[in-house]
Amino acid sequence: MTGRDQYRARAFRRLVILALLSLALCVSIACDMALGPANYALRQVLSAIYDPAGAEAQLHVVIWDIRMPIALMAVLVGASLSVAGAEMQTILANPLASPFTLGISAAAAFGAALGLVGGIALFPGAVAYMVPVNAFIMAMAAALFIHLASTMRGVSVETIVLLGIALVFSFNAALSLLEYLASEQALAAVVFWTMGSFAKATWAKVAMILALLVLVVPWLMKDAWALTALRLGDDKAASMGVNVRTLRLRVMMLVSLLTAIPVSVVGTIGFVGLVGPHIARMIVGEDQRFFLPASAISGALLLSGTSVLSKTLVPGLILPIGIITALIGVPFFFVLIFGSRRRAW
Amino acid sequence: MVALALQGVGASYGKTSVLADVTLAELRSGTVTAVIGPNAAGKSTLFKRIAGLIKGPGLVELSDTARGPQAICYMPQDTGANAVLTVYESVLLSAKQGSSWRVSDAELTQIDGLLKALRIDNLAFRGLGELSGGQRQLVSLAQALVRRPEVLLMDEPTSALDLHRQIEVLGLVGDLAKRDGMIVMIAIHELNHALRYCENTIVIAHGKMAASGATASVITTEMLRNIYRIDARVETCSRGTPFVVVDGPV
Repeated sequence: MTGRDQYRARAFRRLVILALLSLALCVSIACDMALGPANYALRQVLSAIYDPAGAEAQLHVVIWDIRMPIALMAVLVGASLSVAGAEMQTILANPLASPFTLGISAAAAFGAALGLVGGIALFPGAVAYMVPVNAFIMAMAAALFIHLASTMRGVSVETIVLLGIALVFSFNAALSLLEYLASEQALAAVVFWTMGSFAKATWAKVAMILALLVLVVPWLMKDAWALTALRLGDDKAASMGVNVRTLRLRVMMLVSLLTAIPVSVVGTIGFVGLVGPHIARMIVGEDQRFFLPASAISGALLLSGTSVLSKTLVPGLILPIGIITALIGVPFFFVLIFGSRRRAW
Repeated sequence: MVALALQGVGASYGKTSVLADVTLAELRSGTVTAVIGPNAAGKSTLFKRIAGLIKGPGLVELSDTARGPQAICYMPQDTGANAVLTVYESVLLSAKQGSSWRVSDAELTQIDGLLKALRIDNLAFRGLGELSGGQRQLVSLAQALVRRPEVLLMDEPTSALDLHRQIEVLGLVGDLAKRDGMIVMIAIHELNHALRYCENTIVIAHGKMAASGATASVITTEMLRNIYRIDARVETCSRGTPFVVVDGPV
């Protein structure tokens, strides 16, 4: 078998893997929509989806106005955070990079708490939406800080991760201070926000995140070869004709949006941005033509699966999603790491 | 038939000048030029400056090529990549920069031929992280050659190779230079390799060009004493090839 044939066979196998992951995602979405406090059979749910006009009013509302936005939100947020993590790991050449570990989520949580506790609007023009807008502004500021630090001469990859950890601690401390000063009601709101939840998903929010993904992902995919080259080191990528500095700036801006917007809408959801890309890397490698979609799908599958579990672990209770991602995801990740003989980074 | 000349080329990192005023008369296609000098003399910086990866004063004049700066390919020192990519993918990646996603059979066949020529076809589907330093250098060479450069700048391409592979790679690069009309510049520490495989030699020391010309006229006892601070002789072996015998530090 020539190298050419072998390469083709491997590329085909990866496409099959992507297709299977997508299929698993569809099953997960269906399960997510079939589950909930109102007991409907899967058949009823499916018929309400295929024939909305024929469904009885209550079922129609439950499926179309409650469960579907939640199920889709899980998918879209999972995809956004996972792609953001994948590209942060790529441009910073660091397996630990993710929206959570670099302090971007912590910054968003602090921004949200400023609004929830102090009633402070960082953007005075949007007082009605101050919680998500504050979260967005703080997340972007943190991302920009990380980016500027990473472009400084003499700053190593390890320094960036340390800076990220410092950001996490700083914002967590500031958040704790706000929580300490908060009223009981505001404290409950902050704690709930930091756990992350899809419960308040609406079609408008779903559309916003979908639009974000539709705009950003093709832009990243256009740079697939260049981003893959970055993994061979800056000098080598530059020698292949990649404008490393411009690429890094552009991608950092894009992934900042991919992080800041979902986090400002659903709250802090850790883990998926770190683990989604690692799962993708283990199964398809780092050719970004496959790695990027695989990251999106594995992130979507992780959060969609988590959403299913959040409804089923404790009967009658929907647990906050951020708790489940870590509880279920970490052991699963261990299995992947220790079970895989291939080098994952 | 490409030609390369340098006029007063320099470079600096921040306010620190690391290379100044390198002027070189025309290098012609089909030739291999050694760039020698002590560690941190500015050899890599010179290559990066020629390849346009860093900016600085002076002119890099490239003539008789339609591809402009794209004709130049810089092969950095081994970067110890830990990317989760196979050898084959990493070479394809280099070939495909700036072009479409679709991979043609012709492109894959070219890679097959190249890996075979470098005798690393058995490594094609091994991960980059599983390779030894020497194997990685050969893969780097494949990544450079697949771009069909007209000017190839190789930064210590044989430092991790065993003696057999060193001879093989330098011989191959020399043959390719002649066959394809490439200009090859090699930063190299092994002076006997420079004497044997490179027509011309440039000496860089303290960020400046200390000497240049035909290799045999540049690598002399006096140069070795002044630049490398060693007592050494340049002798000629029974087959007529010059070689350096080191007696000790000055």
